[in-house]
Amino acid sequence: MMLDIRDLHAAIPGREILKGLTLSIPAGQVHAIMGPNGAGKSTLSQVLAGRADYEITGEALMDGESLLPLTPEERASKGLFMSFQYPLELPGVPAMTFVRTALNSQKRARGEAELSPGEFLKKAREAAKRLAMSDDMLRRALNVGFSGGEKKRMEMLQMAMFEPRLAILDETDSGLDIDALRVVSESINALRSPQRAMLLITHYERLLEYVKPDQVHVLVDGRIVDSGGPDLAQKLEAEGYDRYQKAAA
Amino acid sequence: MAATKETVAQVEALEADKYKFGFSTDVEQDLAPKGLNEDTVRYISDKKGEPAWLLEWRLDAFRRWQVLEEPTWALVHYPKIDYQDAHYYAAPKKGDGPLSLDDIDPEIRKTYEKLGIPLREQEVLAGVQGAPKIAVDAVFDSVSVATTFREELSKAGVIFMPISEAVHEHPELLKKYLGSVVPPSDNFFATLNTAVFSDGTFVYVPPGVRCPMELSTYFRMNAKGTGQFERTLIIADKGSYVSYLEGCTAPMRDENQLHAAVVELVALDDAEIKYSTVQNWWPGDAEGKGGIYNFVTKRGDCRGARSKISWTQVETGSAITWKYPSCVLRGDGSSGEFYSIAVTNGAQQADTGTKMIHLGANTKSRIVSKGISAGKSSNAYRGLVSVNPKAKGARNFTQCDSLLIGHDCAAHTIPYVEARTRDCVLEHEATTTRLSDEQLFYCRARGVPEEEAVALLVNGFVREVLQKLPMEFAAEAQKLLAVSLEGSVG
Repeated sequence: MMLDIRDLHAAIPGREILKGLTLSIPAGQVHAIMGPNGAGKSTLSQVLAGRADYEITGEALMDGESLLPLTPEERASKGLFMSFQYPLELPGVPAMTFVRTALNSQKRARGEAELSPGEFLKKAREAAKRLAMSDDMLRRALNVGFSGGEKKRMEMLQMAMFEPRLAILDETDSGLDIDALRVVSESINALRSPQRAMLLITHYERLLEYVKPDQVHVLVDGRIVDSGGPDLAQKLEAEGYDRYQKAAA
Repeated sequence: MAATKETVAQVEALEADKYKFGFSTDVEQDLAPKGLNEDTVRYISDKKGEPAWLLEWRLDAFRRWQVLEEPTWALVHYPKIDYQDAHYYAAPKKGDGPLSLDDIDPEIRKTYEKLGIPLREQEVLAGVQGAPKIAVDAVFDSVSVATTFREELSKAGVIFMPISEAVHEHPELLKKYLGSVVPPSDNFFATLNTAVFSDGTFVYVPPGVRCPMELSTYFRMNAKGTGQFERTLIIADKGSYVSYLEGCTAPMRDENQLHAAVVELVALDDAEIKYSTVQNWWPGDAEGKGGIYNFVTKRGDCRGARSKISWTQVETGSAITWKYPSCVLRGDGSSGEFYSIAVTNGAQQADTGTKMIHLGANTKSRIVSKGISAGKSSNAYRGLVSVNPKAKGARNFTQCDSLLIGHDCAAHTIPYVEARTRDCVLEHEATTTRLSDEQLFYCRARGVPEEEAVALLVNGFVREVLQKLPMEFAAEAQKLLAVSLEGSVG
């Protein structure tokens, strides 16, 4: 299994958010997690990426190795990528400087040779072209003054550059117009590979029309309450989460 | 995050490695007896073989200093300084005159080698091909020990020498300009400097000459129980240009040492002076023991029409920093700039900023200040923009940004504005932000380790100012920032 989550609990003082979540994704597959607001979708992505603000029990393994004892940067260098729902603005840090620093930090941690500035630039330009991003955006301070759609494209650019083994995309479709959604979906599809697993966390079924998941899971009140094929997404879109929420209450 | 406790612990742990300039050099030295009186002033003047006019000037300043009160308005706290408990002159033996480059005491040469400052011209020339040449004046305690590239500079007509030598070789320039920007009774510390100043750098760039290389002075405070009182005077004659950089380091000592320098710049018609500082005096330990009191008066006089003076400073060292590099915009159409990065960590205190005094018509000034506070430190920007009734059409833009790291530090912005004509435009912008946990997490989740992430974010914060430094020093300053902030997040 590329991702294997067993009985995961996560709490902030006074409130448990994940209440025994279990989920497995084999390499080569794309899974989607759908759920209502407050179900714990973003907490799951933050916990997997290594956010330190939670009291955590249970297990989360990536390719057999436990993620939970690792720092966020160690997880990244081992091939975990989490696309943020709200990518941060870094004033004064040019996007390319940031991406190059990050990529080379990962490579250094893995004992690989760093990319030369020339090699890096070539690769970045190609990735930007596929995402219909201008060179100007690469030179600007990361995400500063970017529209919602531009920020998400910048996240996809980073995913393409880092070539992670496991990608978690947290609400990547939110804030995208239809053209941007298409471009972003194409870049996700281009990265599907037998060696890579992906987890799409989303509110709406819209993204799943462009990126066909192998499995859909329903997250309600901190637990996976239902799983099924791509059809489940359409059913949820039509019927909503009421049925599950009543059961959880 | 329990950032605070960990920060303190980490800063303590890092202390010894952190300040890599903390060693001291064992050289035989000439030391003035402890204490400050007219005899001390005479002793210094005599050591330098000064003419009578200069001794009189010193003595006059000393008499004025005795009736001045030490200022207390800055946002800094320190125990009362005992001015009688210090040596006011320390010089390596055999070193009270200018030396040829080959005669430098090997111990002193080693010191500068450790600091990464080449004193032999061939070392510079043997360096990377195409690397820019930089002329260096090396000041060790109270005397200048070496000045490089003097011959090449003199071919261009540029005078670059220790001020103690210029007193003898160019008395007419000294008499005309010394004290003409910072008068002897300007303030407590400047007056003290006038009485006991030891050495420093003198630069004169003749009309129409663009100085062919960067000039720089490296100040090293080595002797124990001394103060350093250097004096720098730079004159850019009509239509000339010069870029000058100063760097400073000192050994780690438990006691506080006083550094009270005076820098005077004069720019005549259409001349431009670019003055950069990378200040890295020993800051003391995390609890505030030891460290340099950096009480400095720096002022530039845009005396000529359309002249320009630009101050860029990167301040990471000193226990206490009290300095306000200023511009007097006297000439019509002259302009002044102040770009500052001030970092405080541990128990450091800084009260720094600038004064832009608009006297001439259509004068312009620009202030960009970036303050970074970490640990238990306090960092204040204090700035004055003053517009005289005659300064019609004056413009100022001020931007003060503060970045807080951790929860125990402080940032203050204290702007003063005096506009005495309606015909002027003054803008002021100020922001205070905390280095956010979210930004750090974002960087780390992309694989950037925490310390590197802090450096990346801080460099982003100060980028606009770093870009103003001469290229070869921008990289050095960037590293210095990273080192100063090591261990500042837990």
